[in-house]
Amino acid sequence: MILSLLQRRLHWSLASVAQMFATVLIPCATAGAQSTGPEWTTPAGTVQGTRFSALAQISTANVSRLHEEFQFKTGVLTGHEGAPLVVGTTMYVVGPFPNRLFALDLTRPGAARWVFDPGADPFAQDKACCDIVNRGAVFADGKVIYNVLDNTTVAVNAVTGREVWRKKFADPAKGQTMTMAPLVVHDKVLVGNSGGEMGVRGFIAALDVNTGAEVWRAFSTGPDKDVLIGSRFVPFYDKDKGENLGSTSWPGTLWDHGGSTVWGWVTYDPDLNLLFHGTANPGVWNADLRPGDNKWSTTVFARDPDTGEATWAYQITPHDGWDYDGVNENIVVDLRFPSADSATRKLLVRFDRNGFAYTMDRKSGQVLSAEKYVFANWADRIDLSSGLPVENPEKRTHEGVNVLDICPAAPGGKDQQPAAFSPKTGLFYVPTNNLCMDYEALKVMLFEGAPFVGASVTMKAGPGGNRGSLLAWDAAAGKKVWELKERFPVWSGVLATAGDLVFYGTLDRMFRAVDARTGNVLFETQLDSGIVGYPMTFIGPDGRQRVAVYSGPGGFGGAIVPGKLSTDDPFAALGIVAATSDLPQFTGPGGAVHVFTLP
Amino acid sequence: MIRIVLVTLGLVLATGQSANSRELRVCADPNNLPFSNRQFEGFENRIAAIIAKDLNANLTYAWMPQRRGFVRRTLKAGLCDLIIDLPAGYEAVLSTKPYYRSTYVFVYRRDRHVDVRSFDDSRLRGLKIGLHMAGEDGANQPPAHALARRHIVDNIVAFKMWDVDSVESPAGRIIDAVADGDIDIAIVWGPFAGYFASRQHTELQIVPVEPSIDPPSLPFVYDISMAVRPGQAAFKEEIERLLNRHRTDIAEILAQYGVPQVGQRASSRP
Repeated sequence: MILSLLQRRLHWSLASVAQMFATVLIPCATAGAQSTGPEWTTPAGTVQGTRFSALAQISTANVSRLHEEFQFKTGVLTGHEGAPLVVGTTMYVVGPFPNRLFALDLTRPGAARWVFDPGADPFAQDKACCDIVNRGAVFADGKVIYNVLDNTTVAVNAVTGREVWRKKFADPAKGQTMTMAPLVVHDKVLVGNSGGEMGVRGFIAALDVNTGAEVWRAFSTGPDKDVLIGSRFVPFYDKDKGENLGSTSWPGTLWDHGGSTVWGWVTYDPDLNLLFHGTANPGVWNADLRPGDNKWSTTVFARDPDTGEATWAYQITPHDGWDYDGVNENIVVDLRFPSADSATRKLLVRFDRNGFAYTMDRKSGQVLSAEKYVFANWADRIDLSSGLPVENPEKRTHEGVNVLDICPAAPGGKDQQPAAFSPKTGLFYVPTNNLCMDYEALKVMLFEGAPFVGASVTMKAGPGGNRGSLLAWDAAAGKKVWELKERFPVWSGVLATAGDLVFYGTLDRMFRAVDARTGNVLFETQLDSGIVGYPMTFIGPDGRQRVAVYSGPGGFGGAIVPGKLSTDDPFAALGIVAATSDLPQFTGPGGAVHVFTLP
Repeated sequence: MIRIVLVTLGLVLATGQSANSRELRVCADPNNLPFSNRQFEGFENRIAAIIAKDLNANLTYAWMPQRRGFVRRTLKAGLCDLIIDLPAGYEAVLSTKPYYRSTYVFVYRRDRHVDVRSFDDSRLRGLKIGLHMAGEDGANQPPAHALARRHIVDNIVAFKMWDVDSVESPAGRIIDAVADGDIDIAIVWGPFAGYFASRQHTELQIVPVEPSIDPPSLPFVYDISMAVRPGQAAFKEEIERLLNRHRTDIAEILAQYGVPQVGQRASSRP
């Protein structure tokens, strides 16, 4: 209905007629769960977070002929994480701060229909931890909805570009910001906050899609009533059972500054009517100052999307001392497990910052398997009976103690850059970092006029010397199937398609399509600048498939480029500069959406 | 970045008297008394004015909150040339010789007879202790480390150094809390204590923490210098000459703002 409304209001052309025709021919997104069709309306393509498209016009047979049709520059030269949306004949692009929303007319490639400026508070950009990124918008109910860095969620009329509502969460002066991509479930917009480094208290909230009014809010720390833990809460493991663990697992009232923000991904299972989200690292104090598990930091939550009530929780890395945020995507898949001749199970698969790939029963929260998908030495394994990591005490960080060669480094085996899952191959495609870090004590810093001391974190390449890779992962076997090593961390997202292709980008400017079964590179092209965006695909007005991706390096992994961070300050941007000091030789700043098609 | 440039330009227009060809571009926090603010009421503003006057230079500011990336985004980015107040030997800048030395201090109401002078005083376990919190790369103020290693964690009350814009000086609220009896003791960086304690309705006691270096190497006393970009040795030496020439005036300003000063200490910075 929205599609037709859009098209009635916009200029008709032969091309958009062709698009209608194509829409009929291509399998629809909702028909086959876990896959997208001609449009791309939600941040991960699907609410399950699969980033899989049923489109197959572009395939292993012809992808080598892919060429760039047009590009559109956002005018902002900082990190472009996220992916555009496509609804009807319009592509929606949210730029990094100041977070303008561009509506591009796909019938006139590269032309903007309108630009919406949310009037972002300039104060916010000083607060964001890791570049001033935005991870994208969601389309629902005729509106394009996204988060502005200054803690505002805005809904914009998809046709007119006029603001419908806005919800202001908090003053960015408090250190809180918003960078995550919202998800819409039923009539609720799900959003969460950022700012775990700044001493805020994490939460996820549901807003009414029609008005922006807050319907519920679940904090990540504090007493059960604040966390929305009640009678329906049945965690699988004993370690996660007990009253008010969100406050009793902290000393005093430090939970009130406990971080554990919800800045990553939200996914949804329509069958069980459950949403899944992770929480970030515990608040600002050094780990020695907050003895206890520090719940519910680094935790996977399952919640009822209508009420916010938690049905289970699993804390991934208790008493985190490495900045292993638990915000990575929880991909909702139904797979034969534990092997190809087993029955299908309802699973949640997550590639955690801590280096382990978790395959969980998404109804109960039980961890069925947890295997290392990158080199990791902070823990030997995850004990499946207790759910606890078996830690290597030598790699525990303590303030005042030098701890060398902790793997993975703070950005994890993978950060927020999202993986994809192909139901055709049954494989996950995972962008990874191969970084280790040294925690060295007593670096003097300045904060609001006062000297501070903290651990200086420096990062370096992990074993093998490559700083990242794209790998294919068999969750049933808990094994890597193939791996493409990269010079830099792979900070782009991944797209899988029914054309048996996997698309990804690199910080050194390469945009690639590889064979989903073998990893063989079938197409590559060099863009204007490095890639930290997430490839997506859609059907254009002429009925032909397109693939789009942002260029513009930045974010945590590429922070050295847009921030022009000095390479003689290896501790800049939380220590990642040391590990990426040669990146400026490979890419300058940029910021554009690139659209590719077949001849 | 664009904002900063505009703000800087705005100030150039506002304060430029055009008579001087030279410009002294100072990097400072727009809202952080007693150090600096946009109304030029902090001691950094006062000291910068002295330096600028002697240089016969127009004084302009690049404003940025002193949080993550302050040095990188201001001095290192070339938006300004001088930071007035920075721990001596701070990485990736060129520090002048220190021009004052202060310490973390205990602050409590005189009428409460708290009388704690050392982190090793066992009474700390039974007191409500206020600390400034921040989150720079997991960094904590030195008192937080000292308490953590003594396993004094349950009775800590955290105060943010910034919070709500409507609160004039959020960094001072921890001192208000001492005066109001909400906490028994605060452990804060000396310049905050001296400035905000003098503005309370009741008399507060300010006592330098002991030990001044918590073994093996956690310091509570810091030398404070001005800082310029690496490579600008001539400018640094010029500033040092001015610091020396105006040391009496500068000492007077620091005293007016109640900055607790301590003498030479045996070991250098860590």
